Amino acid sequence: MTADGWIQIALFALAIFALTRPFGTYLHRVFEGDRQPLPRVLGPVERLLYRLSGVDPAREQGWKTYTASLLAFSLLGVAVTYAIERLQHVLPLNPQRLGPVPPELAFNTAASFATNTNWQAYSGESTMSYLTQMAGLAWHNFTSAAAGIAVALALSRGLTRPAGPGGARTIGNFWVDLVRSIVYVLLPISFVAALVLVWQGVPQTLSAYREITTLEGAKQVIALGPVASQEAIKVLGTNGGGFFNANSAHPFENPTPLTNFLELVLIFAIPAALTHTYGRMARDPRQGWAIFAAMAVLFAAGVTVAYRAESGANPALASLAVDHRAGNMEGKEARFGVANSALFAAVTTDASCGAVNSMHDSFTPLGGLVPLVNIQLGEVIFGGVGAGLYGMLVMVILSVFIAGLMVGRTPEYLGKKIEARDMKLAMLYVLVFPITILLLTAWASVAPYGVSSLANAGPHGLSEMLYAYSSGAGNNGSAFAGLNANTSFWNLTLAAAMLVGRFLMIVPALAIAGSMVGKKTVPAGPGTFPTTGPTFTVLLVAVILVVGALTFFPALSLGPVLEHFAALGGKAF
Amino acid sequence: MASHEAKSPSLLDRALLRRAALDSLRKLDPRHVARNPVMFVVEVGSVLTTLLWLRDRILHPAGAAPGWFTLSVSLWLWFTVVFASFAEAVAEGRGKAQADTLRRMRRDVAARRLVGGREESVPASTLRRGDTVVVEAGELVPGDGEIVEGIASVDESAITGESAPVIRESGGDRSAVTGGTRVLSDRIVVRVTASSGESFLDRVIALVEGASRQKTPNEIALHILLVGLTLVFLFACVTLVPIARYSSVGISATAVVALLVCLIPTTIGGLLSAIGIAGMDRLLRKNVIAMSGRAVEAAGDVDTLLLDKTGTITLGNRMATELLPAPGVKVEDLADAAQLASLADETPEGRSIVVLAKERYGLRGREVRDAEHRFVAFTAQTRMSGLDLPGRTIRKGAVDAVARHVEALGGAMPRELEAAAGRIGDTGGTPLAVSDGPRVLGLVHLKDVVKGGIKERFDRFRAMGIRTVMITGDNPRTAAAIAAEAGVDGFLAEATPEAKMRLIEDEQGKGKLVAMTGDGTNDAPALAQADVGVAMNTGTQAAKEAGNMVDLDSNPTKLLEVVEVGKQLLMTRGTLTTFSIANDVAKYFAILPALFVAAYPELAPLDVMHLASPFSAILSAVIFNAIIIVLLIPLALKGVRYRPVGAAAVLRRSLLVYGVGGVVAPFVGIKLVDLGLAAVGLV
Repeated sequence: MTADGWIQIALFALAIFALTRPFGTYLHRVFEGDRQPLPRVLGPVERLLYRLSGVDPAREQGWKTYTASLLAFSLLGVAVTYAIERLQHVLPLNPQRLGPVPPELAFNTAASFATNTNWQAYSGESTMSYLTQMAGLAWHNFTSAAAGIAVALALSRGLTRPAGPGGARTIGNFWVDLVRSIVYVLLPISFVAALVLVWQGVPQTLSAYREITTLEGAKQVIALGPVASQEAIKVLGTNGGGFFNANSAHPFENPTPLTNFLELVLIFAIPAALTHTYGRMARDPRQGWAIFAAMAVLFAAGVTVAYRAESGANPALASLAVDHRAGNMEGKEARFGVANSALFAAVTTDASCGAVNSMHDSFTPLGGLVPLVNIQLGEVIFGGVGAGLYGMLVMVILSVFIAGLMVGRTPEYLGKKIEARDMKLAMLYVLVFPITILLLTAWASVAPYGVSSLANAGPHGLSEMLYAYSSGAGNNGSAFAGLNANTSFWNLTLAAAMLVGRFLMIVPALAIAGSMVGKKTVPAGPGTFPTTGPTFTVLLVAVILVVGALTFFPALSLGPVLEHFAALGGKAF
Repeated sequence: MASHEAKSPSLLDRALLRRAALDSLRKLDPRHVARNPVMFVVEVGSVLTTLLWLRDRILHPAGAAPGWFTLSVSLWLWFTVVFASFAEAVAEGRGKAQADTLRRMRRDVAARRLVGGREESVPASTLRRGDTVVVEAGELVPGDGEIVEGIASVDESAITGESAPVIRESGGDRSAVTGGTRVLSDRIVVRVTASSGESFLDRVIALVEGASRQKTPNEIALHILLVGLTLVFLFACVTLVPIARYSSVGISATAVVALLVCLIPTTIGGLLSAIGIAGMDRLLRKNVIAMSGRAVEAAGDVDTLLLDKTGTITLGNRMATELLPAPGVKVEDLADAAQLASLADETPEGRSIVVLAKERYGLRGREVRDAEHRFVAFTAQTRMSGLDLPGRTIRKGAVDAVARHVEALGGAMPRELEAAAGRIGDTGGTPLAVSDGPRVLGLVHLKDVVKGGIKERFDRFRAMGIRTVMITGDNPRTAAAIAAEAGVDGFLAEATPEAKMRLIEDEQGKGKLVAMTGDGTNDAPALAQADVGVAMNTGTQAAKEAGNMVDLDSNPTKLLEVVEVGKQLLMTRGTLTTFSIANDVAKYFAILPALFVAAYPELAPLDVMHLASPFSAILSAVIFNAIIIVLLIPLALKGVRYRPVGAAAVLRRSLLVYGVGGVVAPFVGIKLVDLGLAAVGLV
């Protein structure tokens, strides 16, 4: 570890901390304010979209209508994207004449992008036409991110809204939240970010791939495309689906340390800011900061372990008489080095983004454990846009329930009682995730069609499978690599994991919003369970670790943990 | 059941424990255990490991775990279930002992039923609601009812443990009698209000026995959490088998069951119902009978306490200390009128006026038996009482009430008296105005004495975030002075039953939970509306029906203790839940290395406790998991100590003790069990 590395990590953390309040305030104005920002420029766009789609923005929805709107919108998106992929050979903007995407891969990809996962069982440059990339995939990059924000807003409203005199039981309007996310947040920021990326050398073109002659005189085809526009929303929307197979390790996606820093900041920007938006909605910013603090603690722990592990030598090679000072550089880009690679790995898995600038498969066992655990904690360490906040709020409800009784009152959060129904929904939310991952991993590990995709045997192979399903169910999308996921079995089970991990978790989250919004609010007093301050943050972190880590500990101990101890003994897999 | 405290069985009562031990075996019936999903999983695990042991004994399959190991795990799993049942049985045991005592006094007596004016002797068990019966000195009251005629002294020690007899009379708020109590003097006619089998005593017996116990809302929610965690760990353990097979690790079914049982929250799962029963039992030992566990739980959640001033905050005996005549009125005339107006007033205040007139102004108490005298009783609406003599209309009452009264007759309240009344009120006293016809004669200064130590008590409640509101019939100024002296947060002055009801509804409208005590029939609607309504046993049947708790001692101060018991109950649940979940960390470090270390010796560093052998590690974890239930029974029954220091401080402390402690304790405990096993040479 070097001072230079730590300074870069600290600089990033500082940037996020500084952004959270102003950006969170901006988001609060967009979604909860009476007047949205930039009314001259963006207002007409918003109103036009409502008029085109026949939405009455003043009309709020109950949780059931809200959920139905979201599900209908998302699943229709899956169908349309599937159709575009299957028909790309007859559709325009296909200068490379790429054929139709095979059915299972097309389904997997459609599910992947609609769920904000962006798991890619293909190489973009050799599989997807420009139209598929832009209309099929980039469309979801915006809308799936916007849908995630919408769910977070709906749950926040459910928790923070005082019950109206007439028993107001609405949690907002899905279409309004969706449109505003895109018009006021995702599109303008992506537009500016894309220009910065172009300035730094990221291509933005619709022309065909270039064939060039290298300095050695060899012929090489250089893949091009509308990369910058995709890249910006890839990180801002925590989508993570790269234009190229190498993702943010590719020099055309992430050419310089500056773009690397920008991409890192964009990944955390919305998830971090939403905690402050939430605090404002709760009319007590400290509520938001308590959540932010818990996320920050877990992030710091992850990045520290990863950076430490990657700065040292690979334990299996430590005894070799070579210079280990550069750390474990296998699978890392020289222009980023260990610190920025470890930081990127932690950020992208914390935030359910899934973009990578190094190969997690090549990390040391402990370094690779960090991204895996980050995902398995439920994608709540800042998490995906929106998804991180609503996942964290469910963990908050769980923490309040477990420990809330200790102050001698039945559990309540923001003055609202947490009752049997809310607990049922929260447990449903909590159960879906580990059960999906563990069942599918167990299945794959004993099925010949499962293990046949593995590039490595033993614990490393287990890590690859565990990582794939964790990434799918957690809607992360990053890959541990080393696993050939483009088979019928893996395409279909991963698509199932992604759909379950998204929608079977969104439905209970929205149901909690519906259940909580109608409840009376008891004003807080000295006898109320405090949900701000360091004690609560520590409690929240502990509950996330216990619920998340204990579930996966047996499987992890046969994967990365075993690999680590085996490598210390000089045994590699 | 006289001398209640002495008789209530201690934790270590042998007879009680023996009975509980037997009960706990009876409770192994799967149909009973199935009510508690966590323990049901343990029982299924016990059956499974027992079958595995039998299979190994008979078939001797290759690669099976050693027989002693499977047998030991299986036995300790059975013990886990037994210990949980034992905890419940011990908690119920105290109630059962009490129920037996109660049942002994529910002898079937002959009742003298009145039918059309004639008496007939019928067994008490045939009495129906609405029957009227006659009870005379020396007889047992055959059933719950209201006195419709007569007055009697009644020995209620069977119910309350209080040996001094109490007066019961028809009309008013002291008309209720309870079946099984004994009439000591006089003759009363009682209208039966509960058919046989539904009487207060019957319900109390059912309640303390736990026969009518239902899960409370918070218990249900907690069960959902526990079932959810159990499911998570079930999947974690079941999927471990194929994952281990992929990793070329063979793990025995016994070990998987052991891991599962250690991970699921058996500690809180096993003690949860005992905690609930113990909460009701703690109330019972304070002579408060909770009609449901739900009420006890609500008591812990109370935000606002409505406390009657008299008897709770003040000693209840307001004493007349001074007479202030109106300008131009001789103090003797005032004393005379005040005494006349108070002759029929049996309240301590009324008597104190008679005494003051006698002692300071030499007026002897007179018997007023003349037919032309008519006493006017106090009502909550007029807030006056007095006496009508030929040509005189003497009234005594609240200053504004008397002012209205004299104004109606063409008189007026002298300004000097209004000022004097204000001064009395400001000092916490109560001014009573005395009038004769349209003329106001003067004021009586009644002084209220606030109970010692009550202010400190309210401070403690404030620290817990509970608002106390004093309810009084006094005028606002008097109320404010006493409220300030007693340290309550608010007061409702000039309270009528309607105002009280409105206050409760207002508070509840703000989402708050309200607790109150009451005894009169006019309290019944408010008692029913309040989230926790403690009815006084001396109160009317209507009040007792409306409340969800009955205080056998009829001590309104008890409300404070009721709240403390409710809080203790919830805190005990919370701490044991936290402890139980925190325990899992250590159990992983004991069992996981044991499972894998044979196939992967590299994993030995995970065995941070350096346990004797893999078998010892698993067995130690299982034994610790079972024993911790027994060790925590006293805590579950007594409840964690309640400290009124504010939620933030309580949380910090509890997280440290039960959270951090819950992580550390099993590391120590498992290691100790392991050392013990190694010492006896078992492993």
